[in-house]
Amino acid sequence: MGDATTSKPAPIRHLHVGPEFHAEQHIHPEPTSFLRKYVFSMDHKVIAKQFLWYGLFFLAVGGAMAMMLRWQIAYPGTPFPVLGQLIWPQSGGVMPPQSYAAFFTMHGTLMIFFAITPILIGAFGNFLIPLMIGARDMAFPTLNLMSFWTNVVAGLCMIVSFFVPMGAAAGGWQSYPTLSTLVGSPGHGQTLWILGIFFTGSASIMGAVNYITTVVRLRAPGMGYFQMPLSVWGIWLTAILNALFVPVLAAGVLLLFLDRVFGSHFFLAGAAITKGGGDPVLYQHLFWIFGHPEVYILILPAWGIVSDLLSFFSRKPAFGYKATALSMSVITLLSMAVYGHHMFVVGMSPLLSQGFMTLTMLISIPSAVFFLNWLGTMWRGSIRFATPMLFSLGVVFVFGLGGLTGLHLGAISSDIYLHDSYFVIGHFHLTMAASVLLGAFAAIYFWFPKMFGKMMNDTLGKWHFWLTIIPITIVFCGMLVVGYGGMQRRLYNYEAYEFLKHLHPINVWMTRAALLLGASQFLFVGNFLSSLISGKKATENPWEVGTLEWTIPSPPPHHNYDEIPIVLHGPHEFNNPAVAGKDWLAQDEPIDDEPVALGAVGS
Amino acid sequence: MSSRPEASYAAAPTPLTTPTFGQATTGKVGMWIFLVTDAMTFGGLLLAYGILRAGNKQWPTPTTVLGIPFTAVMTFVLIVSSLTMVLALDSAKHGNAKQAVRWLLATASGGILFLCGQVYEYRHLIREGFTLPSGNFPATFYVITSFHGAHVFTGVCYLLITAFGVSRGKHLENGANFVEITGLFWHFVDLIWILVFTLVYLIP
Repeated sequence: MGDATTSKPAPIRHLHVGPEFHAEQHIHPEPTSFLRKYVFSMDHKVIAKQFLWYGLFFLAVGGAMAMMLRWQIAYPGTPFPVLGQLIWPQSGGVMPPQSYAAFFTMHGTLMIFFAITPILIGAFGNFLIPLMIGARDMAFPTLNLMSFWTNVVAGLCMIVSFFVPMGAAAGGWQSYPTLSTLVGSPGHGQTLWILGIFFTGSASIMGAVNYITTVVRLRAPGMGYFQMPLSVWGIWLTAILNALFVPVLAAGVLLLFLDRVFGSHFFLAGAAITKGGGDPVLYQHLFWIFGHPEVYILILPAWGIVSDLLSFFSRKPAFGYKATALSMSVITLLSMAVYGHHMFVVGMSPLLSQGFMTLTMLISIPSAVFFLNWLGTMWRGSIRFATPMLFSLGVVFVFGLGGLTGLHLGAISSDIYLHDSYFVIGHFHLTMAASVLLGAFAAIYFWFPKMFGKMMNDTLGKWHFWLTIIPITIVFCGMLVVGYGGMQRRLYNYEAYEFLKHLHPINVWMTRAALLLGASQFLFVGNFLSSLISGKKATENPWEVGTLEWTIPSPPPHHNYDEIPIVLHGPHEFNNPAVAGKDWLAQDEPIDDEPVALGAVGS
Repeated sequence: MSSRPEASYAAAPTPLTTPTFGQATTGKVGMWIFLVTDAMTFGGLLLAYGILRAGNKQWPTPTTVLGIPFTAVMTFVLIVSSLTMVLALDSAKHGNAKQAVRWLLATASGGILFLCGQVYEYRHLIREGFTLPSGNFPATFYVITSFHGAHVFTGVCYLLITAFGVSRGKHLENGANFVEITGLFWHFVDLIWILVFTLVYLIP
């Protein structure tokens, strides 16, 4: 939403520069040793790529687990092809019940904390914030380095937990007591899960402190908050939620750790202990105080990225830029006070439940605002259907479905029926998994040229899109249907229940769709790797858009900007009538007679 | 890609857009945000304490188990160390490195004294059978106070590093910004203790 400085003679715009602004952003010499350059790098672009590889690895692991889970649901007692024999030789390749529980637990944990978080927040947060606000690096590069490597330690804890006696954590991704205490999970897997969450949480906090400070302090001259691309808005709001609520999760799992290792009983009650008495529901409070903001932590970067991409590929300024940014902020605020809607059935005071329901319903107002803004952005635009745009449209579609089904879960009366059913699974996969995954693909296809200096193959990308959006919709909408039909989540063999048997055909079709979804991801892997090696060389600005990162070479030099850019326009300055010959305008590109004065350094 | 308006780099009359957050330095903004996250961790633990205590009718009156006069002295030591921290920053701002180091060391000694007191208190309580597994009052007590103790320990290390730097002639530039950030952390640790002391020790 650029300032309309075009038609009438503009007043002089004064861009103030703080006294320390230039002093703080030195150009550091590029490191030369392999270790400092690629492994323990402090360059935000390298750390972003590390997070990307790391996240894609866990995405593959978590995805493979989902395939095995779906296989067990549709074909119970049938060995999983190829991998089954390797993983469960003792049962002839059939997934045993204990593994089923461990796999759905670790599928959720790995996807949320080790796939989505590293890709969207770790990789794109790191890559985009400094480039898009015109900075040379993050505010605290060393902290950035530590954040990645702490995350690696966390990932190792999770991987090792599969190989300890009694296997990985199996109490669900929320790890509710009493299941997650020694009473329910005596093995070391659950303890390693706690350590992993603690480390990855610490890494998130380090990242969050860094991101917030960077946005607050290192914006280029002229880059006010309302000149920032919406991607930066999304990531910044995510960082704020991370900074506030991951610590509460840390407190919760710390107490769980003490219960398991040092014999306290914060979360044990009743028959589980002999004296004293803890409170299992206390854990649920601590978990969801974090857990509800967490769902917005995951989706906000995707919202921001999609808001930008819809504008870029519609060749129109984002409709209601400020309204979108502000409605995302309002959602951020509201998300802090709605966690109770995850706990309607634990026996909270009905008055409290109604308060949580009302606040939850309020979220639909700002959500509708930016959703309509998305549609408004595309309305009568000259839409270019490149792969990133297709994935963005996919986000609009699946998020619409996911958002609407959220209303049924936010209302107490319908939630009591739907609670713990596949309807919940369908809802949060549409919002957190499908929307976020498609958003991540949109981001990868869009910024791949800037990250690696090569273009990805557009035709393969489009095949990847259609072979992803169709099965993903079938799988997760199917979950809504079977959930509404009464199928509970986490059932090893639902056909043991007479009243669920008639759901067999739809479950089989969901599994087939899931397997197709899994298989079509090889298109992405192939495209990614072959483009990396032999992709067409990317120009500086292949998408013809105006945000700052597209004004520098692809890939950017070590210090990003030779000179810190001076920002004159908003991020979506399309079809400005004062610009001839092209329909876009870079954020730092002066329109000929526009006078600008810059505050002297030290003033 | 485009030429920037070099010619108009000149004087700035009135700043309309401020790209920097007031005059706070990057380090200071970062420390404040970190303190907010840290406060949320304490918030989570104190919330757990509150819920467990509210839900347990047999919760002992803390004053009958914990030695209030002894802890009051520890609290006093910690508050005094906040005062010496302020004096350290004042000296540093006036460029008096020697004086600043002295006050920083005094602050660190306050922290060390507090930690010694905490060790003494723990030993005494454990001998009386007041241990982590013996109930939720001891368990919450140990978690909260030891988590705070870990902060005091970190703060002491931080103060010593800062003092070492100042003694080598560093950290005085920019209004002794580095010393000020150290102070922010230290005052935060003290502030948390006041809350812990009130909520865990004093409320009957």
